[in-house]
Amino acid sequence: MSALLEVSDLKKHYVLGGGLFGKPQRRLAAVDGVSFSIAPGETLGLVGESGCGKSTTAKMILRLIEPTEGSIVIDGEDISTLGAGAMRRKRRDVQIIFQDPYSSLNPRMRAGDIVAEPLRNFGMDKDEVRARVASLFDRVGLRPDYTQRFPHEFSGGQRQRLGIARALALGPKLIVCDEPVSALDVSVQAQVINLLTDLQKELGIAYLFVAHDLAVVEHISHRVAVMYLGRIVEIADRETLFSDPRHPYTQALLSAAPSAHPREKKERVLLSGDAPSPASPPSGCPFRTRCPIAEPGCAAAVPALRELGGGRRIACHLR
Amino acid sequence: MLQIEDLSTHFFTSDGVVRAVDNLSCHVAAGEALGIVGESGCGKSVTSLSVMRLVQSPPGRIVNGTIRLEGRDLLSLSEREMRAIRGNEISMIFQEPMTSLNPVLSIGSQLTETIRRHRAVTCEEAHRRAVEMLRLVQIPEPEQRMREYPHQLSGGMRQRVMIAIAFACDPKVLIADEPTTALDVTIQAQILALMSDLQKRLGTAVVLITHDLGVVAETCQRVIVMYAGRKVEEADVEDLFDRPLHPYTQGLMASMPHLHRGQSHGQRLKEIPGMVPSLLDPPPGCRFAGRCARATARCAAEEPPLVEREPRHFVACWYPGPEGEMTQ
Repeated sequence: MSALLEVSDLKKHYVLGGGLFGKPQRRLAAVDGVSFSIAPGETLGLVGESGCGKSTTAKMILRLIEPTEGSIVIDGEDISTLGAGAMRRKRRDVQIIFQDPYSSLNPRMRAGDIVAEPLRNFGMDKDEVRARVASLFDRVGLRPDYTQRFPHEFSGGQRQRLGIARALALGPKLIVCDEPVSALDVSVQAQVINLLTDLQKELGIAYLFVAHDLAVVEHISHRVAVMYLGRIVEIADRETLFSDPRHPYTQALLSAAPSAHPREKKERVLLSGDAPSPASPPSGCPFRTRCPIAEPGCAAAVPALRELGGGRRIACHLR
Repeated sequence: MLQIEDLSTHFFTSDGVVRAVDNLSCHVAAGEALGIVGESGCGKSVTSLSVMRLVQSPPGRIVNGTIRLEGRDLLSLSEREMRAIRGNEISMIFQEPMTSLNPVLSIGSQLTETIRRHRAVTCEEAHRRAVEMLRLVQIPEPEQRMREYPHQLSGGMRQRVMIAIAFACDPKVLIADEPTTALDVTIQAQILALMSDLQKRLGTAVVLITHDLGVVAETCQRVIVMYAGRKVEEADVEDLFDRPLHPYTQGLMASMPHLHRGQSHGQRLKEIPGMVPSLLDPPPGCRFAGRCARATARCAAEEPPLVEREPRHFVACWYPGPEGEMTQ
């Protein structure tokens, strides 16, 4: 299987403090060595709690955030070292949809122009642009006369459709979806999820789907990666991960999700405390401070992501 | 304990009257947890602000109805009398703990402020009570935390502080407006467990306002489903999840993806077509009619009354019933 996207050992470190007379410099590892791949037409779900680095990872794939280290290979080409011009051309293949559809649309542009802009940037002529915009609006379920409206005239769900139309405009192979439905109401959320799955079936687009809602991720993904404090702790097929989670963090995360029925009272693995700050992570395994099965040995070394069979990889000393 | 009858809260804007809450009635008993669910703009938060008499006026006004706390009509109280009730007999927890805590006051002074406002106690007693409350909500090193400021705490810790403040004066009613929406799932589980525990121990009546049916399933005994300012269904929590009768409730449940349901991949979620109508100029009949598969001419013209279709199970629909079998 040749991967569409191959991310290896991706890191993003921020330098805190410092300066001539400031405190000594510290490094904050927002993303600390993340590797995964996505096949054409596949959806990889990326879950984790706030601050785990999932959005940073997503944005690095488009180089909206410059990685500190690591490679991002799209279609056999490492984009982490591309110059600005080459990178711009590469963005035809990789697009992004953001969480908040309002702040990611220019409020002074008409909806039609928002969708047309990427087409014009890549030199499509006027008539072609108009036809393409009309077909995109139709495809995402927006009425043709909406092209003349401004973003504030749309509801949240419609704005997200507009964001999807813009992402689709250039016919990308991969769309990075950064929490695309978490700002939407439940009934509208279903509409957008269905639209995304329909588009995938039709056009064979691959998704990197970043979200914190486990049920949504289970619904939409083929494979799922769980992140904690800048690292992937478990990655597996959807069925494997959700029916038989192995990493203690994955187990806790799944058991913390509210049940779907009042009679479905489940055995909870209640984690104590909060996730530690990525500015001062614990030594060794990043999860050991909250881990129910941690042993003294866990503080010694960071567990590597290793193969567990059945396509599952896990980073834990004890499992 | 708390009884709301025919509550209507409207906002008088330059574009017209927004009927945010329209003829809502409900009640909560001591020790009971009532969930109010609905999507944004359905009037659930305005309901809670109305109970606290915190609706901004103008433009908002409670135009009709009564709100009684143990028989006392809250709407006829003076602002001064109402202040003695807020934070004391009725407390509230908001969604975003950072914006509801004062950033320039220490945790300790915010806790003792509430206690000293409502109780005739000395500074030392208030301090002791505050530390005890922080311990009750399982904040480690409470003495130390008393001196810290909101920005020094994590989101989960801040929400614990809010809960400590809310419970500091042994309220009879606690209104929690999306208390866990801004939190991560593992923290949400902690906070919900804490709230249920405190509620059982102290016998508080809780009104939990949320958009998340899962949170309701976890914590509530009774549920109200609101749509576009109106109550469309009310039932005991198990009945509602077993046999939702209103098409909107059914749609809401079907549109949520569930964990571990073994749905085959790529199976479409059920959608509720369209979107919530504007409350500025709501349709005359049932407000859900425009999105409802069962809607007829009658639905568009006449507003369905709230009827007890099954014991303790109320629904406002002309054609209620489980999906597939409609009752006239």
